Amino acid sequence: MKFGVIIFPGSNCDHDVYWTIQNVIKQPVTWLWHESHDLENCDVIIIPGGFAFGDYLRTGAIAKFSPVMESVRKFAESGGLLLGICNGFQILCESGLLPGALMRNVGLKYVCKPVQVRVESTDTPFTNACQEGQVLTIPIGHMEGSYFCDESTLEELIRNQRVVFRYAEPDGRITPEANPNGSLDNIAGICSPGRNVLGMMPHPERATEPELGGTDGSKIFESLVSAMAEK
Amino acid sequence: MAAMKAYVYVSLKRSVLDPQGKTIYSALKKMGYKGLEEVRQGKYFDITLDGGISRAEAETEIARIAREVLTNPVMEDFHYRLED
Repeated sequence: MKFGVIIFPGSNCDHDVYWTIQNVIKQPVTWLWHESHDLENCDVIIIPGGFAFGDYLRTGAIAKFSPVMESVRKFAESGGLLLGICNGFQILCESGLLPGALMRNVGLKYVCKPVQVRVESTDTPFTNACQEGQVLTIPIGHMEGSYFCDESTLEELIRNQRVVFRYAEPDGRITPEANPNGSLDNIAGICSPGRNVLGMMPHPERATEPELGGTDGSKIFESLVSAMAEK
Repeated sequence: MAAMKAYVYVSLKRSVLDPQGKTIYSALKKMGYKGLEEVRQGKYFDITLDGGISRAEAETEIARIAREVLTNPVMEDFHYRLED
């Protein structure tokens, strides 16, 4: 099992993700530069957080045209496991690999704090180590995290259990107060119809060791490991 | 051929919440400006063409750029105009 972490100019959570895979879940991992088409036979591709191309134009708007994204699209279409975190989620939406868009936070502030998200579906390779309804504490750090899509897309996401995470109270209730950015329906993460592509605003790699204040984020990486082991 | 100019205006769809526009609107109200109903914030691109293509081609090219790159169809609309 091999993980690949894509680097765009402006990615800045790439090392955190790499560290987590190498030192916490202890799996082989390699860097993938955005100008290369070669995914180096990776089994899992992660697009990390940051500010790819300075967030110029729109978040993810320039990154989606990088050569690596052509290969990532083919990889995802053939069922490869693809995780976009924060700016990675924004890039996946811009690329059309996930529906909707991430807009400026309703409060117009950059929000950086641990939040609670409820696991809405364990039927994904990213959440199979979680319990349905489990509340995870994972940090967010973003300016454009307000998830938006049209009504029919939202219905489709809900009908097919493609909403994977919702911002929640510590006891699991979904309330407007628990929503840090104005996301539609408190959505914090969604998956593709084939469930092999996940985009999430919270940063699981920032909650993988006790020194970081929590380890709930490890569940995402552990899920990936067991999903691959089953394959 | 003289250089042609293209001006592309990008705005959020009416159905999309615009917190920046709202904030600007309430600030203007607070400052006492009169007669305001709503403010929506958008983007503006000033593009200079190199004179190597016809007006019809420029029309097509600018429309493509606006649609494929400058806007995200999920949340934004655009319009443009060309000037000789």
